[in-house]
Order: sequence, then C-alpha cells, then structure tokens
Amino acid sequence: MIRVEGLSKKFGAVQALSRVSFEAHDGRITGLLGHNGAGKSTTLRILSTVLRPNSGNAVVDGHDCATDPLQVRRSLGVLPHASGLYAHLTGRENIRYYGKLHGLQGAQLDRSTDELIERLGLGAVAARRAKGYSQGERLKVALARALVHQPRTIILDEPTNGLDVNAVRMLRELIRQLRASGRCVLFSSHVMQEVAALCDDIVIISHGRVAVRGTPAEILAATGAADLEEAFVRAADAGAPA
Amino acid sequence: MTRAVRIVFAKELLENLRDRRVILSAFLFGVLLAPVIFGLTTSLASKRVVESQDKPLRLSVSGVEHAPNLVRFLEENGAEIQSVTMTADQAMSAVRGGREDLVLLIDAEYGRKLQAGEPAPLDLVVDTANNQTGASADRARRLLEAYGGQLASLRLLVRGVSPELVRPVDVRTLDVATPAGRSLLILGMMTYFSFMSMLVGGFYLAIDTTAGERERGSLEPLLALPVRRAELIIGKMLATSAFMSISLLLTLAAFGVVLQFIPLEALGMSANFGPPVVLAIFAVMLPFVPLGAGLMTAVASFTRSNREAQSWLSVVMLLPIAPIMFAVVNGTKPTPALMAIPSLSQHLLATSLMRGDAIPPLHVVISAGTTLLLGGMFVLLAIRLYRREAILG
Repeated sequence: MIRVEGLSKKFGAVQALSRVSFEAHDGRITGLLGHNGAGKSTTLRILSTVLRPNSGNAVVDGHDCATDPLQVRRSLGVLPHASGLYAHLTGRENIRYYGKLHGLQGAQLDRSTDELIERLGLGAVAARRAKGYSQGERLKVALARALVHQPRTIILDEPTNGLDVNAVRMLRELIRQLRASGRCVLFSSHVMQEVAALCDDIVIISHGRVAVRGTPAEILAATGAADLEEAFVRAADAGAPA
Repeated sequence: MTRAVRIVFAKELLENLRDRRVILSAFLFGVLLAPVIFGLTTSLASKRVVESQDKPLRLSVSGVEHAPNLVRFLEENGAEIQSVTMTADQAMSAVRGGREDLVLLIDAEYGRKLQAGEPAPLDLVVDTANNQTGASADRARRLLEAYGGQLASLRLLVRGVSPELVRPVDVRTLDVATPAGRSLLILGMMTYFSFMSMLVGGFYLAIDTTAGERERGSLEPLLALPVRRAELIIGKMLATSAFMSISLLLTLAAFGVVLQFIPLEALGMSANFGPPVVLAIFAVMLPFVPLGAGLMTAVASFTRSNREAQSWLSVVMLLPIAPIMFAVVNGTKPTPALMAIPSLSQHLLATSLMRGDAIPPLHVVISAGTTLLLGGMFVLLAIRLYRREAILG
C-alpha cells in the first residue's frame, strides 16, 4: 500500500514534481504513465527513499519515507530503471547478496533464493557468472533480487524498456502473479499499451503533476476520450504549462 | 563492524578477486613491474658508478715522441697511454668504428710551436654520439686543459706576471652526487613505488564504489536496500584497504627478493632488507592505507563515469611523490615536525629502517597519528559524499 500526498521536488531551478498525490492499493496493479521526463522516476525514487522530497508525504505500508526510510526499504522490492548485476558474481550470488543485506540468513535465505530461481526458470543459468547473461536472464535475476525478501509492495521503473517480446510476456505474467498473491505493484511506463494491458489503476503524470487518475473507465469518463490512447494524449497535453 | 558491513566487505573481496583486471593491477604491478623497473635502473646506475670510478682513462696516443712531457703528465694523472701510429684519417675511422675509444694525435710541429710560443696543435678524436666514452673524453679534455694551464702559468711566472691575473674568476663545481645522495634517490624511488603499488591495489575498488556501481546501474537498487549508506561505503572502503595492504606487502616482499641481486654496496648502501625490515616498513606504511582509500573514494565519487574517475585517480596517485621528492632533493632528515606530513613521514621512517638507523618511538606515533587522523577525515568526507542525492548521477 502506497500513499503519496502533495509531493514536490526541485532539482536546482527545475521543478520536477509539484503536489503529486495518488494511492496504490494491495492486490492491485497501479500504472504510473507519462512521457519521458514527466516525473515518474523522481516519484519512484522518492518512494524508494534514495531521494528526499522538498515537501509532501510518501507512506509505504504505514512507514513514512522521510522519517523512517529503513523501514520503508524493508517493505519495498525495487527494480529501478537501471538495474545492473555484478558481472563477476553468479546469478545466485547476486540474489543472495541482496537477501543477506535484507537480513535473511541460513535456511531462510536458501529457501527464498531457491524458490525464486525455480519460479523464474533460472535453474540453468543461476550458477553462471552474470557476465554472459542475455537481456532476459539479466532482468529475471534483477527481479529475483528485488523480491528475495518477499516484499509486500513492489516498485518497477520502466521494467519493459528495451526487452524482447518473450521477456515482456514473462514480466507481465510475474506481475499478475504478484497481484494474485495480494501484493501492491506500482510500475511506471511511457507506453500506453503497456499500462492498458496490465493495470487496474492508472495515474497519468505530466510535467511533474498528476493530470488524471483512476480506473481505465474513470479516466475515459474524466477526459471524455473514446479510448485510453486518446485519453493519455489529452491528459498529457493538458498538464503542459502555458 | 555491523553485519551489513561484513556482508558488503565479503562480497567486494569475492567479486574483485575474480576480476582479472583488478588482480593484474593490484598484485602484478607491485610484485613484478615495480621491482623489475627498480632493479634494472639501480643495477644500471650502480654498474656505471663502479665502472667510472675504477676504470683508468685509456688513451691511444699517436706521436708520443713529439711530446714526452705531456705524455708523462698524462700518465702521472692516471691515464693509461697506449702508443700508436696513425694518421688523422685512420684515427677518425678507428674511433667511428668503435675500435678505439679515444685517440690523441700529436703533430710533428708540436714541439717547435710550443718552443716558439705559438699554440701547439693537439687533436683529440672522440665520438660524442657514443654515450659510453663521453665520460672518458671529458676526463681526457680536462687533463689536457690542465696541462695547458700549467704551461701558461709557467710562462707568465717567467715574465714576472702572476698567473692569478689571467684568472679573473675561479669556477668550482661542487658535485653533490655522493654515493649517499644517490642512495637517497634510490630509497626515495623505492618508497614511492611502494606507495604507487599500494594505491594501484585499491584503484579499481575505489572507483567501483561510486562511479563503477553507477555506470553498471547497480547503485540505485543497492541504495534502496535497508542498509545505511555509511555501512555500504565502509564495507567497500575496507575491501579497498584490504587490497591496498596486500598489494603493499607483496611489493615490499618483492623488493626484499630483488635487492638480494643488486650490488647496493657499490652505491654506498647497506642492503638491509630482510624479512623483519620488510615487516617493519609494512607496519609504518600501513597507516597510509585508510588515507589513500578515503582520498581515492572521495575523489571518485565526484566523477560521472569510470573513465573520468580513472583519469582523476591517476593524478591523485602522483600526490604522495611530492613530499618524497622534496625530501630526496633536500636530503631532509627526520624530525618530529616532519612526521606530521603523510607520505613524507612514511618515507623517512622506511628509509631509516632500510639504513638500519634507530627510529624514535615518538616519530612512529606522530606519523601514524597524523596520517590516520587525515585518513579519518577523508573517510568521513567520502561517507558524506556518498549520502548526497547527486551520487545517483
């Protein structure tokens, strides 16, 4: 469960976010949709506590990002836009490293790692060093790494960027599984079709502001558009500063 | 050490031990390259010193019979005269061909012109392109000029004129390249190489802490873990320090081995570089490790990419040489105040240890204390820089 209220963030003279508010609920997939540079990554980085907002609140599973960042990080599984692996470690070692830093150890760590390796079909590659991985293999290990501590809330920043069709299908399937197990999934994308295919709730963000949010049906009604693509274009343009 | 620091430290060790690039730079540089370069240069230098000191000046002279006094003067001053009979052309081709080092041609007119008070012709055939005979040619020329000077003084005295009159200035060259001075230079080189390989040992790890993690795209997910940033960076700096220490120890040990084969006595040095001295030098240089690790990590965290970090750190690695050069040039002696200067104090202590001089415990305390203090400041700076939002790039 994520609750964001009046979030603002400035980088120097640039107002990256102004008064962004939305919610993402457990058991639902929420899509953060916007053009490049609209403020999606900044919002997600504030949620993962690597950035601090200038004003406003962000709360993850009841923990405030500003006052209790360690507790927020414990609750979250994060797959940032850049999710590189350690090339000289094996896939399994990459996953275990994150597990250990999340405080897992012993049998619990082994079980959690094995389970993810099996679920993501990494059995054949987990013993190899990450250096020679394909794109899909890298993504799977990065996902396993983000999920190793079984977080209740998962943040994915542009996870499908640059992936081939098979990897995208795999990812969608995994996201649906996470929803089915009652997790809260928030993911960002600049591709409308991506969001439409998966999301229960959509937040369209434009020029650092929330242009419109709600279920797909609510968004169609609010924008008066015939389809989501039209709604996205209208909402995104509406947020443009005069 | 918290659990997170231990986990990060262990992972960094494992990862970097598997990285061939790191292993090559950390261990091969120190262990092979530095002593090889050092061994070659010093053994060449000492060989040259030995040769130029012991070898008599060998001079082939054509026309010995025309100048018996000159020849006697040369012999009295340590020249080994070999009488030959050559024309100017023959002499020149012999020197050019390397069959003769130097040939002095005494003209048949020499005696007559000398008596008549005209400049008496002497031809010294040399090859200035040949480095090895350059020193001999200089010695021969100096001897001949000295002989001419003697004759001139005699002529003036006979005429009742003081020779001092035609010597308005008295230029003296004071050669400071004593064997002790040379050995200071070589010891300075040795401590510098040790610093270099220490820093090179942690080079890639320091870069990887910030610029490397960022370029690989692994920094942001790492920072989103429930671990304090201070713990992450301390674990990383500990790993950097471990590689630096190992690299330093291996280099010093390699020096110990190489020095067995270098004729240091010829340079006026005693080869005091057994295992106890190696360990003692390691101990006095060790406080520089956290300073180097903190400095390199802090500098690397300002850079945007691996490549930029590499060029900046290459400059940083030259920093410890400045105080050492200063000490070598000035022949600085250890004092308590100088022990407050990192790299210089380690150099002076290491040099004393190599010479077998006693070192006051106070010096060790000041050296370690100030270096660790400055190192602690750099470590804190690196931690602060790691906490900035801008670290994400």
